[in-house]
Amino acid sequence: MRLLVSLLLCLCIPQVWAAEANAPKLDVGKGGECVKDTQWMRKNHMHVLKHQRDETVRKGIRVEQDALKNCVECHASTSDNSVTAREDSFCVGCHRYAAVKIDCFECHASKRKQALANKDVK
Amino acid sequence: MSEIDTQRRQFLKTSAGAAAIAIAPGMMLYQTAQGDTQAASSTVRWGMLIDTAQCKEGCNDCVSACNKENGLSGKTGATDSQWIRKIEIKDVSSGRALSLPMMCQHCEHPPCVDVCPTQASFKRADGIVLVDRHLCIGCRYCMMACPYKARSFVHETLTDQNPDVPRGKGTVEACSLCVHRIDKGQKPACAEACQNKAILFGDLNDANSDIYKKVRSVASVQIRADLQLNPGVRYQGL
Repeated sequence: MRLLVSLLLCLCIPQVWAAEANAPKLDVGKGGECVKDTQWMRKNHMHVLKHQRDETVRKGIRVEQDALKNCVECHASTSDNSVTAREDSFCVGCHRYAAVKIDCFECHASKRKQALANKDVK
Repeated sequence: MSEIDTQRRQFLKTSAGAAAIAIAPGMMLYQTAQGDTQAASSTVRWGMLIDTAQCKEGCNDCVSACNKENGLSGKTGATDSQWIRKIEIKDVSSGRALSLPMMCQHCEHPPCVDVCPTQASFKRADGIVLVDRHLCIGCRYCMMACPYKARSFVHETLTDQNPDVPRGKGTVEACSLCVHRIDKGQKPACAEACQNKAILFGDLNDANSDIYKKVRSVASVQIRADLQLNPGVRYQGL
């Protein structure tokens, strides 16, 4: 029995390490933790966004903290102000790794408001 | 009353009290978290009164303000989005010419909402008619149903949209009465931009508002009133 457990452990631990090593290196921008902790957000951000979008569009309840606009403000890269511009950008990097198509930014702005405002001036 | 009955009653009372204590802080937390982010209220009916005597021919300020606010290209081709447009009309017999802005009339009984197969077209509690682009499949029935030709279809891929106004290819869109500004307590961009104050915006249900008083004191009409859609946009001097 003890042998079996140790064998299992030996098999599992490298797997965990490997998963961490393969995980995408993301440009998290300014980052921070304003809604929930990182691990929770990795798993559940889509539910928060979907709930928020229906509340906002249909009822007019605008919770700043849960707004996609607010996510972009902090998580856009500090170099190009975008969450989608590069392979390692905050949204794209992870979605590519997970092979999940992301279509939020076909309509929503993927850049900081400030960056878009500056572009208009030029 | 038997011994068991009394006990049962006591148990229910206690547990109801405990439940109330357990739930109450949660409700308090919910309210605090919401802050000033209130849902649109059905006691409000947003509307506009457009004074055609003040609207100048050739002036395009409302249209350009709308384009800038909502990130529209400003082009007027068949495949370009126009949320508001200027119309010049002339009475042939008298020769009287008028210029007026035309946009989504935010009907009380919107035909676009009736025909929408996915419920993407909807009327918010405060009377603003919107498209939920998350649900819009781009079938364009609403464009056909609208008697005011108020809606546009996005034909091309868009980039660098205004963060407050998401819009994208394959969906229908129209004047949102600048809903993102209204929710912040501001006026729509067109009403703010009009130098001649031809566009009066306000709550048609609020007895203290300018629009409420003016609608009751001057003659104004709804366009295509015969359809009985009760639009929120009214025109004075038409």
